[in-house]
Amino acid sequence: MANLFDWVNERAPGLMPMYRKHMTEYYAPKNFNLWYYFGSLAILVLVNQIVTGIFLTMNYKTSALEAFNSVEYIMRDVEWGWLIRYMHSTGASLFFVVVFLHMFRGIMYGSFKRPRELVWILGMLIFLVLMAEAFMGYVLPWGNMSFWGAKVIISLFGTIPYIGPGLVEWIMGDFLPADATLNRFFALHVIALPLVLLLLVVLHLAALHEVGSNNPDGVDVKHGPKGNRWDASKPIDAIPFHPYYTVKDLVGVGFFLIIAAFIIFFAPTFGGWFLEHDNFTPANNLVTPTHIKPSWYFTPFYAILRMIPSFFGTAIWGVIGMFGSILMLALLPWLDRGEVRSVRFRGMGYRIALAVLVISFLSLGAVGAGVTAELIPEWFPGADATTIENAFGRVMTLAYFGFFVFIWVYTHFGFEKTKPVPERVTMHD
Amino acid sequence: MIKRYLSAMALALGLLVATIPAFAAEGGEGLPSAGTNVNDRASLQRGAKLFFNYCVGCHSLKYVRYSRIASDLGLSEDEVMSNLNFTGAKFGEPVISHMPVDSAKNWFGKDPPDLSLEARAKGVDFIFNYLNSFYLDPSRPVGWNNTVFPNASMPNPLWELQGLQVAVHSEAKPGQDSVVEKLELSQPGRMTPEEFKGATRDLATFLEYTAEPAVLERQSVGVWVVLFLALLTFLLYLVKHEYWKDVHENH
Repeated sequence: MANLFDWVNERAPGLMPMYRKHMTEYYAPKNFNLWYYFGSLAILVLVNQIVTGIFLTMNYKTSALEAFNSVEYIMRDVEWGWLIRYMHSTGASLFFVVVFLHMFRGIMYGSFKRPRELVWILGMLIFLVLMAEAFMGYVLPWGNMSFWGAKVIISLFGTIPYIGPGLVEWIMGDFLPADATLNRFFALHVIALPLVLLLLVVLHLAALHEVGSNNPDGVDVKHGPKGNRWDASKPIDAIPFHPYYTVKDLVGVGFFLIIAAFIIFFAPTFGGWFLEHDNFTPANNLVTPTHIKPSWYFTPFYAILRMIPSFFGTAIWGVIGMFGSILMLALLPWLDRGEVRSVRFRGMGYRIALAVLVISFLSLGAVGAGVTAELIPEWFPGADATTIENAFGRVMTLAYFGFFVFIWVYTHFGFEKTKPVPERVTMHD
Repeated sequence: MIKRYLSAMALALGLLVATIPAFAAEGGEGLPSAGTNVNDRASLQRGAKLFFNYCVGCHSLKYVRYSRIASDLGLSEDEVMSNLNFTGAKFGEPVISHMPVDSAKNWFGKDPPDLSLEARAKGVDFIFNYLNSFYLDPSRPVGWNNTVFPNASMPNPLWELQGLQVAVHSEAKPGQDSVVEKLELSQPGRMTPEEFKGATRDLATFLEYTAEPAVLERQSVGVWVVLFLALLTFLLYLVKHEYWKDVHENH
């Protein structure tokens, strides 16, 4: 064994230094809390999606005629096929749960701020690719919601002036989502986008390891006192990633797997939120589902699309608003000029704004998922439900964008009254 | 520290378990619950018997094989082939109705749909309430109507068991059609109303099973998986605790 190690080391002398740089000598602040589990969990889910995806492709048939049947074949006749599919479908939803929490952590503790802007931008690119990946994967079972969801989302490109209608046909390869669409979405879902995703994840981590991790206090450990037990030149408040954070993240993995197993084994459709009722009916271009809505993780963005009205004879404003809502997040390092990173030491205005952002995001999700369309007639019988829903949705859209405007004004003009940031990190447990 | 972890875990699981019943009420919002129990093997067997006596004449279960029904419902090949299989299919073949497509379109105006996935597409509550809500309506082509699925093309296949229901209409408001207020049994069938409710519940249970045969296996496997993960997580926590002792001491 030692001989083999020497043999490899002699021929690849860069391997051990690389391992040390990213694992045993990557010093991370020692005060990570619950919010810091979601990065490693995102990698875990990514691996799960790739591994279960490989097994699904072994029995999935890429054809509008056979796709739906082949999914049922996987569910019924393939040994453990149901488990593999539920791991993949639950994994898709939990991927977004984990990524949303991971992003919120970044906003809450100012992890996007200098010098980590590149880490944040790469993360936002991962988020965009992940959304494309999830959308195309959702089309593959070729259920009726796959079909109509694809039709609605692809039609968004039709709002672009001049080239829109041609672009829609070019994307679908037909006049409706059809066999050609399914085949190209399969190619993109299983080859192109996963490759891009993996590359971006590597770059995201590489960029992070260049500048080092932030922490719940937003304290710059690199500029603090030096000298820990392992290295006199390294920050006193940092510990080696391996073994400390590898063993800690494994505890997070354990908790996460328990929750995932509960869903996979006892509520795999999650009441129609993870696998929708209408998608257990084969794709049919003659039968429109009663409520066409995207998967739950797209609903906040879909609600912004729906709530922005058309004017000047075009519906492109909603599309711009939807993509703009994601662009705003990407621009956060330049909109938020505050010097203090963590919410723990930021002004009251920031804390309130952050709460408004969360409330508006969840409310928009409820609007996009049709929850408000169901509840409003119950709460306000006799009233015009559409008017109330539009008013609510538009206020929440304004609140969402308002967060970014407020943050810029609040920090750029120096309105924020921050608390003093401590010299050293604090441990709460 | 250990208490914090345990309470966090209990809280997370508690929240999850609390949300499951809310989410698990799949489909058929606002309808009375079917009250099915897919693990009740006797109910599944009774439901299968009803399906193959009253439904398979028109409806297929194209994703379900006779052999799978036998093994999942604890029936022998003989029992399935002589008591349930009236389509002449082989034991390993799926359940395909003999209804000719053209005649079906002539008789009912549409193809009777495949019912393999009906319980996942519409929900067991829908199936149960639909089967209980047929009433005589001479204005419809086949003479039947349904309050849960108005103007359905299907006649009541179970009328011999349920008897004949008629609609009691409320007084129409000016400018509006009168609505069905309730259904009344005008002629009793072979079953009492309670027995019929039980029979349709069995049928809904059977269709819940055909929509996802893995349901039986996944729940029984799931218990062990969760128990294993709970033990693994506890051991991982002990490892973490041991490694982190010096970090906490040095602080």
